[in-house]
Amino acid sequence: MLRIDYRQFPSYPHSYAIHLTIGIIASTLGALIVPVLLEKEYIAVTFLTLAAQQFREVRSIERDSLNSIEKTEIVPRGEAYIEGMAKLFEARNYLSLITSLITSLLFFYLGLFIAIIGGVVAAALLHIFMKSPTISDIAKIKIAPLNIDNKNIGIDNLVIMNIGENEALEKWQKEGIGIKIIPKDENARATLFNSGQRQVILHDLSILMGVKLDEGLQHFTPLARIDIDYGTLNIIFLPQEPDKEFIKEAVGKIPVLESSQRKPLKSSSGKKAAD
Amino acid sequence: MDYKEINNILAIIVIKDAKHKVGGGVPVFIVEDEKEQQKIGSLLARLTLSMLHDLGNGINIIIKH
Repeated sequence: MLRIDYRQFPSYPHSYAIHLTIGIIASTLGALIVPVLLEKEYIAVTFLTLAAQQFREVRSIERDSLNSIEKTEIVPRGEAYIEGMAKLFEARNYLSLITSLITSLLFFYLGLFIAIIGGVVAAALLHIFMKSPTISDIAKIKIAPLNIDNKNIGIDNLVIMNIGENEALEKWQKEGIGIKIIPKDENARATLFNSGQRQVILHDLSILMGVKLDEGLQHFTPLARIDIDYGTLNIIFLPQEPDKEFIKEAVGKIPVLESSQRKPLKSSSGKKAAD
Repeated sequence: MDYKEINNILAIIVIKDAKHKVGGGVPVFIVEDEKEQQKIGSLLARLTLSMLHDLGNGINIIIKH
């Protein structure tokens, strides 16, 4: 629940303390359900609705705090990413509630030893099921050279940016890297079409690989544009670490947002149209 | 701001010879040659936190994205 990775979120140590405490409260509530119901104290269920209210509050707190620091991000997270994170934090509380509920059920009927094992298994299973796919699951990633034609920068025939400054063009020519994200199927194509998802890729890429950008240097902004003919996502950016292998690896590990996932292949018309 | 779109042209920098190609309510900077155009353009872009674009016909524009 409190895994810290490159996103450094929840931030350590204060956000960490907040979420740890709320997590403990959630799991205590979950553990209490079984004995309370066995005592036939059904009124105690209302406490759970109170808890649910509290957890929803967690979501809006996260959303607000991420929104308010959004202005300080050189490459913004984007609203879709913030909403995804906030949702995740709410859900994590329910997950810890469910885990402790299962554990206390097992403890009540099967004993302490099985409850410990069962609790660990339940937590692990929930963790696996709640894992969102990454870019490498839905698409192939290729590094492509930038195509600089006159004052236009792009990849292949797609023009992504027009730059007036010769100095900036030279820098793009020397250090710029292009990435092509080629969707594996129609579902992936529809997912990459989402502009929130593209912003997630840009934001995470700028953290993982560094980006040469500052305020007042807008012409170095990384950009992601769809090739409308093929559904390929093309990204241009100026990395601090121009190591192509690791850039590919980093893009592959970027999460696919829950809210940006589309599944046209699940509908019969979408499936037939794809043939 | 999830996605960037053109919504504001702040200034136009035009080489003397192409002066007749511009007009309107936007500040126009008339320069002698391409060298001066580059200098004025990048300076203005940095000062206004916006971006310099080249239209390719001797006209550069500053756009706030």
